[in-house]
Amino acid sequence: MEGDIAEMGKFIGAGLATMGLGGAGIGVGHIAGNFLSGALRNPSAAPGQMANLFVGIAFAEALGIFSFLVALLLMFAV
Amino acid sequence: MATGTEENGEAAGGLAIHPMDQFIVKPLFGDGPIEWYTPTNVTLWMGLSVLALFALFVLATRHRGIVPSRLQSVAEMFYGFIYNMVEDVTGHEGAKFFPYIMTLFMFIFLANVLGLIPMSFSTTSHVAVTAVLAMLVFLTVTLVGFWRKGIGFLSMFWVSSAPLILRPVLALIEIISYFVRPLSHSIRLGGNLMAGHAVIKVFAGFAGAMGIASIVPIAAIAAIYGLEVLVAAVQAYVFTILTCVYLRDAVGEAHH
Repeated sequence: MEGDIAEMGKFIGAGLATMGLGGAGIGVGHIAGNFLSGALRNPSAAPGQMANLFVGIAFAEALGIFSFLVALLLMFAV
Repeated sequence: MATGTEENGEAAGGLAIHPMDQFIVKPLFGDGPIEWYTPTNVTLWMGLSVLALFALFVLATRHRGIVPSRLQSVAEMFYGFIYNMVEDVTGHEGAKFFPYIMTLFMFIFLANVLGLIPMSFSTTSHVAVTAVLAMLVFLTVTLVGFWRKGIGFLSMFWVSSAPLILRPVLALIEIISYFVRPLSHSIRLGGNLMAGHAVIKVFAGFAGAMGIASIVPIAAIAAIYGLEVLVAAVQAYVFTILTCVYLRDAVGEAHH
């Protein structure tokens, strides 16, 4: 019985951890949207900022990937 | 990352295809225990990506022509793309590290793309693989930073543009974020690749259980596969551009 509750807690915890990915989604959308609005105002400057766009997306996304990692650790490592 | 799945594979979930089974490291010959020298499927697919790299850049450019052959144009396109990226981000000084960054990009890109072949093994989805790449980048950046700037490299942590009271706090944050770099650097690549491949396998499990309606998950797999091709290229690009950004700290001017 005790083992079952621990198993249940693992699954609930893993499910809760996936919510962090929503934050990453907000962050990536914010960056991409702001890039687009800036790029539409000044299209000639946009190609030079592509690298910054990807770096920003990568940083925002990494935090979401961390929560994915927590979910995986709960499922397979704990 | 996905080592303990053998026993979980049957018990947990009712899926016929367990999404994590594709990441199990198996020895190529026999069923023996895996030592550090055992050739495994990871070894095979890493070797194949190195071979593909060799084929593209050594064999395809062996007969160099003024009018390039098709493969030579591909190789030149990659070369030009990465060289421009390195020079844009790290400046003229950082271009010395172009061979390293080019190798990193091509290895990760080819490993990602080879991992997309059905039934293959994507080596870069294992954090053990990406962690080695990220630790090497971290060590390179730290050593180059101290070698080029001496003790002045530490001024990176002391944000001189901030008010004096805030500086110790910022220094603490900067130091923590500096040491988290290899972690986020490796997990970003490994996690993205693993998540994408696992999603495809989850949909494949749906397809097996749905009978005639399985056309829907199969269409979804095709769409996700297209996305994964994009992710394979973008993540290789992101890994290398972050390497460039980190190198800029080591070789560039103090602050931007």
